[in-house]
Amino acid sequence: MLKQTEGSRAVAEAVAMCRPEVICAYPISPQTHIVEALGEMVKDGTLSPCEFINVESEFAAMSVAIGSSAAGARSYTATASQGLLFMAEAVYNASGLGLPIVMTVANRAIGAPINIWNDHSDALSQRDSGWLQLFAETNQEALDLHIQAFRLAEELSLPVMVCMDGFILTHAYERVDMPTQAQVDAYLPKYVPRQMLDPGEPVSIGAMVGPEAFMEVRYLAHAKQMEALELIPSYAAEFKSVFGRDSGGLTHTYRTEDAETIIVAMGSVLGTIKDVIDEMREEGHKIGVLGITLFRPFPLARVRESLQGAKRVVVLEKSMAVGLGGILSTNVRMALSGLHMHGYTVIAGLGGRAITKKSLHGLFRQAEQDALEPLTFLDLDWNMVNKQLEREKAHRRSGPVAENLLRDVGVVAARNY
Amino acid sequence: MFQVRIHGRGGQGVVTAAEMLSVAAFDEGRHAQAFPSFGSERMGAPVVAFCRIDDKEIRLREPIMEPDAIIIQDPTLLHQVDVFAGLKKDGYILINTSKTFDQLGLGDMVRDWRHERLCTVPAMELALKHVGRPVPNVPLLGGFAAVAGVLQLESVIKAINERFSGKVAAGNVAAAREAYAIVRAEMDEARKKETQHA
Repeated sequence: MLKQTEGSRAVAEAVAMCRPEVICAYPISPQTHIVEALGEMVKDGTLSPCEFINVESEFAAMSVAIGSSAAGARSYTATASQGLLFMAEAVYNASGLGLPIVMTVANRAIGAPINIWNDHSDALSQRDSGWLQLFAETNQEALDLHIQAFRLAEELSLPVMVCMDGFILTHAYERVDMPTQAQVDAYLPKYVPRQMLDPGEPVSIGAMVGPEAFMEVRYLAHAKQMEALELIPSYAAEFKSVFGRDSGGLTHTYRTEDAETIIVAMGSVLGTIKDVIDEMREEGHKIGVLGITLFRPFPLARVRESLQGAKRVVVLEKSMAVGLGGILSTNVRMALSGLHMHGYTVIAGLGGRAITKKSLHGLFRQAEQDALEPLTFLDLDWNMVNKQLEREKAHRRSGPVAENLLRDVGVVAARNY
Repeated sequence: MFQVRIHGRGGQGVVTAAEMLSVAAFDEGRHAQAFPSFGSERMGAPVVAFCRIDDKEIRLREPIMEPDAIIIQDPTLLHQVDVFAGLKKDGYILINTSKTFDQLGLGDMVRDWRHERLCTVPAMELALKHVGRPVPNVPLLGGFAAVAGVLQLESVIKAINERFSGKVAAGNVAAAREAYAIVRAEMDEARKKETQHA
C-alpha cells in the first residue's frame, strides 16, 4: 500500500514484518526513530513475540544480539557513527561466529570533530569486519533491503548491515509502497539456524582457534561471503516476483549503455546524480551512473563489466581513506585493473556538506575534459584550508584546528542551506 | 516541481509542518519529499525544513536553495537568518505576524513583486484561540493552501486529521480554515489594489 511516511518509520514497519524475536536498542542519532518505533510496536503488542531489550551501550547491543542469535532467535539492532565504532569488537565477533544478525546503520560521520550529519565513514570503517553491506538509494529500497537482508543473512549464516543515509533518508518523508505481512511471510521463510545453543543438544560456539586452523576458518568466511554474489541476484529476482518491484541486487546502472563517462556512487546521492545526468544527456553528453548496492562482498566482476566500455570513471564517495584517497574508489580500481582508462576519485558530502546539482554539473563537465585532479574534494573551501596552514606555519602553538576554522567562518549555528 | 522552505524555531513544529505538507500533497496523488535541515534541534534555535512537490518521482536530495515559496513561522528570524536566500522575484511569502510587510521593514524588498503572493497571518493568535497552544505551524499550512494554490485546503485538513486526533485535530482544523479565509481576503484586497493602480 502506498504511504507517505518517514524513512525510519518505513524501515521499522518492514523490520517488524520480518518478525524479529529480539531487538537490542541503544539510542544514537540518526537511527533512533527506527528503534523507538519498534519499541512502541513491541509494547502495544503489534510485534509479538518479540523481546525488546534496552541495553547500556552499543557494545552491549551487539553482544546481546550475538547471544540471542546464538540461541536461535532472529535478532536485529540499529546504530550509527560512534555507536558502530563502540561496538566494533562485537561486530567482528558476530561475523566470525557466523551469526545472521541484521543491523541498520543510519550513516553518519565519525568524529572528531564531532558531527552528527551524514556521510559513509561509519559503515565503511567496518568494511573488513566480515559483514555483508548493502546501501539503499531511497527509503523504498531501504525497507526492501531489510526484508532481503534477513533472508540472505539466515541462508548464509552471516550478519548483514543495511546502510541508509542518516537524516537524508532516515528523516525524509516520502512515498513508499509498504508490503503486506502475507507478502513478507511468503518471501522470508521461518528462521532455521545453521548452528544454535540448545540445552537438549549442547555445543559450544566461539572456540579459541590457533595457527593450526585459523587461516582456514578465515578463508571459509571469505568463501561464504562470496556466495552472496550468486545468491543476491536471485533473491532480488524473487523479490520482484513477490513484491512487483526492482530492489536490491548487486548494482544498478542508469543511462550507461553508450556512456563515455560513468560516475560511480552509493546511497541517496544517486538520485541527485541521476537528475544531473538527465539534464546533461539532453545536451548530448554521453554520461551515465553505476550505483553500488552491495559493497561487501564487492561485486568486482559486475563492476568491471559495467564500466569497461567507458573512457573514464569518476568515483564520487562520501568517505575517505586518510593518507590514500578514496575507499570506494580503491575498490572500483581493483575491479578495473589492467584496463586503460581515466580514473578520478571525488570526495564529497563529508559531514553533511550538501552535494548540489550545480556542483555536480561543474564536476562532471571537468571530468569529461579530463581536467580533474586524480583526487578531488568537491566544494572544498581552499581559503579556509590555506588560512589554517599559514597559521600553523607562523605559530607553533596555533591552536586546535576545528575551533580555529569555526572562528574563521564565524559559525553561530551550523546550517546547510 | 514546487519547492517550499519553512523557517521557524525549535518547538514551533517546523519539521512537522513540512511533513504534513508532504502528506497533503501525497493525498492529492502527487509525489512529495519533506526533510529537516538536519541540525541539532533545540528549543528556540533557528530551524529549517523543506518540502518538494512534483507530479513525478523526486530523486533530488540537495537542500532547497531556490524555493518557490517561503513560510516564516517566527518573524523575529527576519533579523537573524537570511530567510529569503534564493527566493526568486515574485515568489510566495507567508509570514506569521499581525504586522504588514511595510511594518516588518520588508516593503522596499518586495516593492514591485506581485502583492497577492505576499501574505501575513496571525498564526500564533489563531493557534492560541483554537488549539490553546502557541504552535503556529498548522494555521500557516491553511494560509499556505490559499496563497500558493498548489494544494487544496481540504488536503491540508485531511493531513491534520491524519496527524492529530480529538480536540487538537478539531482546533487545528478550525485554525487552518480561519487562516485560509484571512489569507484569501488579503489576496483579494491586494488584487483589487493592483487593478486600481493599473
